[in-house]
Amino acid sequence: MMVMRAKDLLGQHGEALAAEFLETQGMRIIDRNWRCTDGEIDIVALEGDILVVAEVKTRRSLDYGHPFEAVGPAKLARLHRLASSWCRAHEVRALRRRIDVVGVVDDGIGRPLLEHLRGVG
Amino acid sequence: MGVGRSYCVALVGLNGYIVEVEADIGQTLPSFVILGLPDAALNEAKERIRSAAQNSGIPLSRRKITANLIPASLPKRGSGFDLAITMAVLCAANDVRSIGRTVFMAELGLDGRLRPVRGILPAVMAAVQAGFPDIVVAEANAAEASLVPGAKVHGYKTLARLAYDFGADPKDLVLDYEPSGTDTAEDDDTTGFPEPDLCDVSGQGEARRALEVAAAGGHHMLLTGPPGLCP
Repeated sequence: MMVMRAKDLLGQHGEALAAEFLETQGMRIIDRNWRCTDGEIDIVALEGDILVVAEVKTRRSLDYGHPFEAVGPAKLARLHRLASSWCRAHEVRALRRRIDVVGVVDDGIGRPLLEHLRGVG
Repeated sequence: MGVGRSYCVALVGLNGYIVEVEADIGQTLPSFVILGLPDAALNEAKERIRSAAQNSGIPLSRRKITANLIPASLPKRGSGFDLAITMAVLCAANDVRSIGRTVFMAELGLDGRLRPVRGILPAVMAAVQAGFPDIVVAEANAAEASLVPGAKVHGYKTLARLAYDFGADPKDLVLDYEPSGTDTAEDDDTTGFPEPDLCDVSGQGEARRALEVAAAGGHHMLLTGPPGLCP
């Protein structure tokens, strides 16, 4: 078995927390960690009839910046491309699409802090 | 969250114009935009403000910050807007209480100290004339600002102290920080350089003649605009 690196474990942990959180917000999770040649989508969900592609960013602390600061214009553009790829691969059409970002800060001691931005661009 | 407001003064030559600073915090990814014809120095305010606020213990919101300098069509220059923009942004985030009609004029150091700016005297005169007597400046500018009759001048050393007086939560603030070193207004230090001489100026015939005439007659004179554009 491949040995997982600490940062991947942290990322997985954050994604699980984020998925749970989005469900409490009334979203239905329909896919996790979908990969194609262009990259990976962390979470695909439905909120009403809107297809939500969510990027999850997890940090242990704010020492190296807020998770949201890691999502720049290039990353957003890729998320839009990935959203299109996902729709093509699943033959989904005519859905409204939205990109969300969930920031998770979890130092492993206190309660993890989750922030959710809808429709970031 | 919502919109925060503060006031500053833009100088065009010796004339000052009250500038209203609006700041809005949008629920989307972090960025910082300054609208209203800022010059390069003013646009760099974003980085100074982020660091100064962070180091004062009141970090700026990690969302999209939009600062609008009104009137939008009036060109604004220099670093003197740093403090007014900061206060408007902190106000938008409810980190400080509403600011009323106070005018803020100071540059920010990365450590959160308030640095003096040039042109305080005409700026304060314009503010008082426009009906804004409450002025906050860097401590090093307070004496000059106080020369204006009717001005209620408050000099501060650091952003943390100022934020405290405007109701920021003291438990996070870095209040015991005392900036050291001399705070002189930019480029006033001419020691060690020979006296400037008009004969060292190349070209600029009209400007030099005007200077000579002004000097001979004992008149004041102001040159504005970028140098070197005389035909």
